[in-house]
Amino acid sequence: MLKLDGISKVYKVGTFGGKQLHAVSDVSFTVGAGEVLSLIGESGSGKSTIGKMILRLISINAGTISFDGVDIATLKGNALKEYYRKVQGVFQDPFSCYNTIFKADRIFRIVKDEFYPAVPDPNWTGRVRWALQAVGLNPDQVLHKFPHQLSGGQLQRLLIARALLLDIRFLVADEIISMLDASTRIDVLNLLADLKARGLSILFITHDLSLAHYISERSVILYRGRVAEMGATESIFERPLHPYTQMLMASVPRLDKKWADGKVELQANPAERTGGCVYYGRCPAASADLGCDSHTPGLIEAERDHFVACFRYVAE
Amino acid sequence: MTTLDATKPKKKNEILYFALRNNKLKVGLAFLLFFVVLACVGPLLTRYQPYDYIGPAAEPPSSEYWFGTTTFGQDVFSQFVFGLQATFLVGIVGGGLATLIGILIGFTAGYRGGVVDELLNMLTNMVLVIPTLAVLLIIVAYLEVRGIFIESIFIGCTAWPWTARAIRAQTFSLRSRDFVDLARMSGEKSLKIIFTEIAPNMMSYLLLVFILQFGGAILIAATLDFIGLGPTNAISLGLMMNNAVLWGALILGMWWWFVPPGIAITAIVGALYVTNVGLDEVFNPKLREM
Amino acid sequence: MSLQVENLRVHYQTLRGAVKALDGATFSIADGEIMGLAGESGCGKTTLGHSLILLNSCMRYVEGRVELDGIELPIWDTSRMNAFRFKEVSIIPQYAMNAMNPTRKIGRMTSELLESRKVSFNATLPELKRRLDLVKLSHDVLNMYPIELSGGMKQRMVMVLSTLLNPSLLIADEITSALDVSSQKAVAEMLVEFRDRVFVNSMIVITHDISILYQIADSILIMYAGKLAEKASTDVIIHAPRHPYTRLLISSLPKVGVTYTEKRLSGIPGSPPLLLDPPTGCRFRERCPVAFEKCLEAPPFLEVEKGHHVACWRES
Repeated sequence: MLKLDGISKVYKVGTFGGKQLHAVSDVSFTVGAGEVLSLIGESGSGKSTIGKMILRLISINAGTISFDGVDIATLKGNALKEYYRKVQGVFQDPFSCYNTIFKADRIFRIVKDEFYPAVPDPNWTGRVRWALQAVGLNPDQVLHKFPHQLSGGQLQRLLIARALLLDIRFLVADEIISMLDASTRIDVLNLLADLKARGLSILFITHDLSLAHYISERSVILYRGRVAEMGATESIFERPLHPYTQMLMASVPRLDKKWADGKVELQANPAERTGGCVYYGRCPAASADLGCDSHTPGLIEAERDHFVACFRYVAE
Repeated sequence: MTTLDATKPKKKNEILYFALRNNKLKVGLAFLLFFVVLACVGPLLTRYQPYDYIGPAAEPPSSEYWFGTTTFGQDVFSQFVFGLQATFLVGIVGGGLATLIGILIGFTAGYRGGVVDELLNMLTNMVLVIPTLAVLLIIVAYLEVRGIFIESIFIGCTAWPWTARAIRAQTFSLRSRDFVDLARMSGEKSLKIIFTEIAPNMMSYLLLVFILQFGGAILIAATLDFIGLGPTNAISLGLMMNNAVLWGALILGMWWWFVPPGIAITAIVGALYVTNVGLDEVFNPKLREM
Repeated sequence: MSLQVENLRVHYQTLRGAVKALDGATFSIADGEIMGLAGESGCGKTTLGHSLILLNSCMRYVEGRVELDGIELPIWDTSRMNAFRFKEVSIIPQYAMNAMNPTRKIGRMTSELLESRKVSFNATLPELKRRLDLVKLSHDVLNMYPIELSGGMKQRMVMVLSTLLNPSLLIADEITSALDVSSQKAVAEMLVEFRDRVFVNSMIVITHDISILYQIADSILIMYAGKLAEKASTDVIIHAPRHPYTRLLISSLPKVGVTYTEKRLSGIPGSPPLLLDPPTGCRFRERCPVAFEKCLEAPPFLEVEKGHHVACWRES
C-alpha cells in the first residue's frame, strides 16, 4: 500500500547554508494493508522526518513515496485532499496538537468543514459520537471541553477518532505513547491493535522497543537516517544482526532481567559524514578490511525476511 | 499535571479576575481614561477656538483663563483640549496603520518562510533604515499645507518594521506547533490557517503591540511637531510646545504654556506603557503572582 | 537512618483552593540506598522530591518533619535551607540539561556556582576533573558552551555538578526520560557508580519508567494521588506487589518478548482523582477491583513484612 523508495532528506545548515545535514538517506520499505510496521530509532535517526514526509508536511529531496502506486509528491489541491482522506497522522505531544484557546472538539468541526461540508449537522454529530465510542471514549465526557480539561490519553484518542472520521486506511503514529501514563499507554496500544484487526495499516514510530515488539509484525531499525536492520519483528528481536541493534537490545531496561555488564559506546556529537558506514565510530565490530570506514553498506537479506546493512553479513 | 490543569477556571473569568487585581493595569487605565474624557469633554467646556485671540497676552492661569494665555493672547486651555484630541487621533490612526501593516507583513513572512520571508525581510530592513526625518523634510517641502491626517499616515507607514519583526517571530514559533500541522492535514489553506489558528493565539500579543504603537505614534508626532515638521493647520500638544519655545515661553517664564502639554504627553505615553506591562502580566500565566 | 520523612504535607495554592498534591508521606531511606519513586502524572512524586529541597512559590508547606542524618531540615524556610542545598541535599531537576545558561561557558558557570556556596573553584578543580573522567567527559567541556554538547553529555555534566560537593541526599527527577536508550543506560549506571564511590550517600530517583528502577534501584516507593501506596525492595515490587494499584501497574507494562496476540495487557480503567477535593478514604477505591466498605476510611501506610509497607486494608 505505502512504498518508500530511496527516500532522502537533506537540510542546509550553517551560515549561508553551507553545510548539509543528512536527516534521512536512502530509506526504502513497504507497508502492506492491515500491517503494523514499527520504525524504531533514537533521536537523530530521522524517524519523525520520514513520518512527516509521508504526511506531506515536509518536502522530499530524493526518492519517491507512493501510495497505492501514486507518487504522493505530485499531489496538489484536491488530489492532496483526497490523499488526506486516506492517510492521517497522530503526533507525540497531545497537548500541542490542540489550539488551546478553542474547545477540543473543534478538530472535528474542521474535518467537517473541509471534507464533508454537505453533511447535515445531526448526521455529523452521530458520526462523531460513533467515532468517539470506537476509540473507547464516552462522548458526553469529552465533547464541549477545552484541551486543558482533558487528560493526555483522552486527547490522544480524540486525535485517533478524528482520523477515523475520515475513513483512513493508513495511520502514521509518531511517538504517540511516550507522553502518556503507564495505565493509559496500554489502552491506546490496544486500540491501535483493534484498528489494525479491522484493516488499518499503521506506521508506528517509536524509540521504545518493548512497545514495538508488542504491536508490530515487522520493524525497521534506523540509525542516523539510514536503515540498519529491517524485517520480521520476532527475528530482529531474537537474533539482532546489526551491531547497533545488538547495542539497543542490550541497553533497553527490561523487567525480566538486569543489564549485562559491558560499557556502551556513547554517541559523540553529530560528526561530519566521512563516507563510511554511519555506525563506524561506535561499532565494536568495525574493521577497515571490510570497508567499514570508506563504503556505505547496502541492505542485504541475511535470513528470510531479515535484512541488514552491515559488511559482516552476506546475502543468503 | 492533569490534576492541576483540570481545576483552572474557564478562560474568560480567569482573565477578568487577574485584570481586576492588577494594579498596574488599574492605574494605567485610570490615567488614560482621565485624558480621554478630557479630550472628549474639554472642547465643550471652552468657548474659544485654539487660535483665537481672546484676551490679554502672557497671562498666568486664573479663574477666567484656566491655563493662562499665550504671548498672542490665545487661551492655553482651549489649545490644550483641542491638542489632546489631535494627539489621540494621531495615536489611533498612526498607531493603527503601523500595527495593520506590521501584522500583514509579519504574518506572511512568518508563515510562508523561504523566499517570501527573505523578500519581506529586505523590505522591513529598508524601511527601518530610511532616515525618516530626511524623507519628511522632502515631503514638507512639497506639501504646503499639512494636516493631522497626513502626519498620521506618514507615521503609520514608517513605524511598522519592529511590529512586523515581532509578529514574524511569534508566527514562526506558532507555525511549528503541532496544531498547525494538524490543520494542514485537514486540508486547510495557508491563509485560513493564519487567520483561524495562529492569529487568535496571538490576540493578546496583538493588543499589546497596538498599545505600544499607539504610544509610539504619539511620541513621534510630538517630536515632529516640536521641531516644526508637524501639521500647519491644526493644533497638537507637540505644536503647543514648539510654539511655546519659539515664542520665548522659556525665557519669559511662561510655564503654563509648555508644562501642561509636556506633562500630558508624558502621562499618556507612560500610562500606555504601564497598562501594557499590566496586560502582559494578565495574559501571561507565568508572570502572575498568586 | 539517612533520611526520615514523617507525615509530610505540601499543598499547591490555586485560585480555587488548595490542591492536596502531597498528603501525608512517611518513609525512610537508609544509608547508601537508592530509592525509586514511581507513579503516574499527578501522583505527587515531583512535589515530594522538590519539597525536600526547594518549595517553589506556589507550594505551601502544611505540616511534616524531614530529618537528614539526624538533623531536621527547615524546608519551610527558604533562606535557612540555603545552608543545606547543594551541600547536604542536591537535586538534578527535570530538563536540567536544558537549564544551563546558554551564554556561559560551563567552566565559568561551575565556578560561579561554587563561589556562591563559598567553595573555592580552584580547590575543587582536581576533583571535578576526576569526576569528568568518571562520566567519560573530556576536560575540554569546561571551555565549551552548553549548545556544543549533546543531550546525553549535558545530562552527565549536570550530574557531575549536582554531586560535586558530595551531598548526603541526591534527588534525581526524571533524568532519563528525555534521553536515548544508550544514554539512558549510561546515565543510570552512573548514578549507581556515584553511590558506590560514596559521592552521594542515598538517592531518590523519580521516574515514571519502572523498568529503569528495576535495573538500578534498591527499593521502590509507589505513589498514587498524593499518597504513598507501597514501598518495598525492587524485587518484591516487581515480582510480588501487594497493593492493587501496584499490581495493575506492573501488569500493564509491555515487556520485550510479549506481543498483543500472545498476551493482551490491560490498563487501569478510569483516571486519578482531582486533588482539589480528593475523595475521602482510600484514593484508589474508585478504580480498585477489590475495594470494599472499609476503603471509605483512609488506610494507613503499614509495615506488613520487614521493609515492605502497604497502604491497603486488604493487605494489613
